[in-house]
Amino acid sequence: MTGALLAILSAVFFPGIILRVKSIASGRKGPGILQPWKNIILLFRKSSVFSTTTSFIFRLAPAVYFATICCALMLLPFPGMPSVLGFKGDFILFAYLLALGKLLFILGALDTGSSFEGMGASREALYSMLTEPAFFILLGTLSLLSGQFSMQTIFPDFQFAGEFSLITGGIAIYLLVQIAMIENSRMPVDDPKTHLELTMVHEVMILDYSGVDLALIQTATNLKFVLYGGLIANLILPGEGGWLATNVMLFFVVQAGFAAAIGLMESFRARKKLAKNPQFIVTLSSIALLGFILVLLLTRNLIR
Amino acid sequence: MEQYFIPAAVFCSFLILVIPGKVRFYYTLSLILFITLVTSIPAALQFFSPLNVTYLRLEPGLTASLTSTNWIFKGYLGELRFTIDRLSSFFILVTNFTVLTGMLYSRGYLKAYENTKNPAQFALHYFSYVWLHLSMLAVLTLRDGLAFLIAWELMAVSSFMLILFEAEKRSTLKTAVNYLVQMHIGFVMLLFAFLITEAGGGQMSFDALPAYFASHSNTGLFLLFFAGFAVKAGFIPFHTWLPEAHPAAPSHVSGVMSGVMIKMGIYGIFRVLISVQSDWYTIGLVLLAISALTGLLGILFSIVQKDIKKILAYSTIENIGIIGLGMGLGSIGLALHNPALTFLGFTGSLLHVLNHSLFKSLLFYGSGSVYRATHTRNIEELGGLIHQMPRTAGLFLFGSVAICALPPLNGFISEFLLYIGFFKGLSAGNEYLSILFLFTILTLTLIGGLAIFSFSRAFGISFLGTPRKEIHLQPETITRDMIFPQILIAMFILGIGLMPMAAIAPIANLVESQFHPGPATDGFFFGDALNKISLFGLILIVLVTCILYLRASLIKNRQAVYGPTWGCGYTGGTPRQQYTGASFAENISELAQPVLQNIQELRAIAADDVFPHKRSLHLRTIDIFSVALGKLTDLSWLVLKRLARLQTGNIRHYILYAFIFILVIFVLLYLKLI
Repeated sequence: MTGALLAILSAVFFPGIILRVKSIASGRKGPGILQPWKNIILLFRKSSVFSTTTSFIFRLAPAVYFATICCALMLLPFPGMPSVLGFKGDFILFAYLLALGKLLFILGALDTGSSFEGMGASREALYSMLTEPAFFILLGTLSLLSGQFSMQTIFPDFQFAGEFSLITGGIAIYLLVQIAMIENSRMPVDDPKTHLELTMVHEVMILDYSGVDLALIQTATNLKFVLYGGLIANLILPGEGGWLATNVMLFFVVQAGFAAAIGLMESFRARKKLAKNPQFIVTLSSIALLGFILVLLLTRNLIR
Repeated sequence: MEQYFIPAAVFCSFLILVIPGKVRFYYTLSLILFITLVTSIPAALQFFSPLNVTYLRLEPGLTASLTSTNWIFKGYLGELRFTIDRLSSFFILVTNFTVLTGMLYSRGYLKAYENTKNPAQFALHYFSYVWLHLSMLAVLTLRDGLAFLIAWELMAVSSFMLILFEAEKRSTLKTAVNYLVQMHIGFVMLLFAFLITEAGGGQMSFDALPAYFASHSNTGLFLLFFAGFAVKAGFIPFHTWLPEAHPAAPSHVSGVMSGVMIKMGIYGIFRVLISVQSDWYTIGLVLLAISALTGLLGILFSIVQKDIKKILAYSTIENIGIIGLGMGLGSIGLALHNPALTFLGFTGSLLHVLNHSLFKSLLFYGSGSVYRATHTRNIEELGGLIHQMPRTAGLFLFGSVAICALPPLNGFISEFLLYIGFFKGLSAGNEYLSILFLFTILTLTLIGGLAIFSFSRAFGISFLGTPRKEIHLQPETITRDMIFPQILIAMFILGIGLMPMAAIAPIANLVESQFHPGPATDGFFFGDALNKISLFGLILIVLVTCILYLRASLIKNRQAVYGPTWGCGYTGGTPRQQYTGASFAENISELAQPVLQNIQELRAIAADDVFPHKRSLHLRTIDIFSVALGKLTDLSWLVLKRLARLQTGNIRHYILYAFIFILVIFVLLYLKLI
């Protein structure tokens, strides 16, 4: 639960940092750190516009999307703290909870009957289908290296796996950052600031949402970011050795660094052509596979 | 008492043919209830009898348990022994439940045919339905090879009669005959497998298999049995009958066929698997390879289908693949003497049998309701059904979430067991095994993602949006008796999802008693994990309810505005501009082009067309395995045609053939060759 609370706390400044870094990189001053949240709070106060085509699925989807991310947050471990809710194989539940949110989100988009939203839904379904293997191979690698099956124990034990953890740690951080970018529909595959519906993924799916529902979705998206940031922090932070206070500090530093990195990446990286996206996402799985085979080679042959 | 049950059930089933039409449904229902009750009691006693399984960290229970219940029926020709052990008891319970819900559903579903079908056709339908039930129970309890094969054949014939309900359609007739022929190919393989057992010195019986396997090579005979049963179960490449037969049958029959009848193949594989003595490693590898192929291709094919029941049929193939992956994991666990893998693999596999029987029958009943109300199964013509049929839509969504293996429903539990088994297997053997298991994990995740794709498409295109074509919608035909069995199934789905221990504990006993994985030596317990999963399921449900309540109270006093869907500035949109099933699946079918083989018939605009007129685009997907099978039959047709030259119609030639035959036999005997 510590992980979840700290992640929620870091979500307060997370979207602001991304925005600020992007503004500064493009030579503007940019809004205040809390501006994204002010926007969301404004949305919470607004009344809604509904399409007459929609049904209860459309209203249910944001709630489920939000709830699944909250549940996944509860599974987020924190280094050095005993996990209350973690269990063997919790990362499977983690991934499938997020998938449930995505399914409802896709259905919510299809519920409007809009051809643009159907397009976004189809893309979202494809990308999440292609991203999931990378996540599972990564967790499989870490699990093999640490001999553990719960996220709470995989990450600290992985760090004590000797010098291999440096090599695999690099791959793991790279993969987690990229997976987080794809799952949150950010730069290389999707651009949140794009203005053409034909090329959107995430933004086109929420075209018809407004008011409270839109606020729920945006809150959930921000939480999803810190969820992945938290996983990255778990890879980096010292497990049992560190003090709690430094760990908490470091956790925030990692989250802030992650946010700044996203801002920088989005400022200096071009968006991929839509047709090239599947190829890019599958590349992540192949990198993960290479990492796995590397671990196998290192642990099985070199040690023996 | 049991001596009288079988003749009584058979006699009562014949009464269906003569009973007046008004009470026929209730008579059949009570007969099925009676059969269910009589067979479920001993099965439940077997299945729920306690056993101490260390993996779930249960309290030490009674270790002594019933080994099997025998019903011996003495007839004129000899005695028939029906044996219920833990394995058959599990399948009996699954079968009874689905057959019962199918019967309940059939009342509303068949009502539409009352004007077009005569009473004799109804009588024959219900008669075949009862016989399908009886023959499945016989398949599950008979051990003697010959009796088993007869029951197996009865099952094929009765399901053939059930598919034929709409025999006035030519396509149905063709499909049904195709089904019958393919079933007999499987039958021949099973017959040969039993004959080999007998020739190996044993009897023609499942009970004689352990002795045979102890003294002979295991892989060959197992694979023959596997191939025979795989035709029924729908493993690729033996699946080609399945996606045709399921849509052709009435929906309650599709539900029963997909939910339990094909599981008889799985039961057969398990029955042989518990007799296998060695070669576990090879068997496990073969099972994993075929199942991974089955799972992946099954769900890929399902994504491009237009027919809602074909989508479900191909997803059945996918689920058979998942069940097979569990069997493969369990077998490799036995080979490595790793009790955890054995336990997780077989338990996950059997639990998935139960789970799939639940959500697939639910989905088939749902698709039947769609067909009833719209008279079409083509999702490209549907859309917006959720407004007229909210209950059917809700239940279909519920089944879709379950079949995509998403928490908090039951599908997640069985896939979780398999996942954790494969993750554990990563470090169980050598590095080749690690890579193999990593690829099975990869397969499972891909299957999971593709299932979400397929079912968001099936549900989203047919139930959401606006109707894509003007159809005469009759939502009033979906009566309460069609919804009730679906709610019953949904309750079980949620129950297993929230209380997985209740379902897993007896299945764990079954695995323990049949495969003897042995106690958990490495401290790998996962009772805790299952409890946490159910906790998270509850948290999720509570959280969603709270958010919905908060949301409702937030917007209560605000004036919501209603209008058309935002058309991105374009206001002349028509329903035909919506995303269709084909366009939704376009990106996948492009990626998987070598396997999916879409056929596009496009009449494009010619270069000199100044004023373009009507154009058309037809998309067809073909099953490459059906095509390959077709080529095979064409080839055999050619060969047989050549051979037909022998058939001259001239009696003297036939006498000559007989003479040659006798001569050959004589020469062979003389040379001591036979």
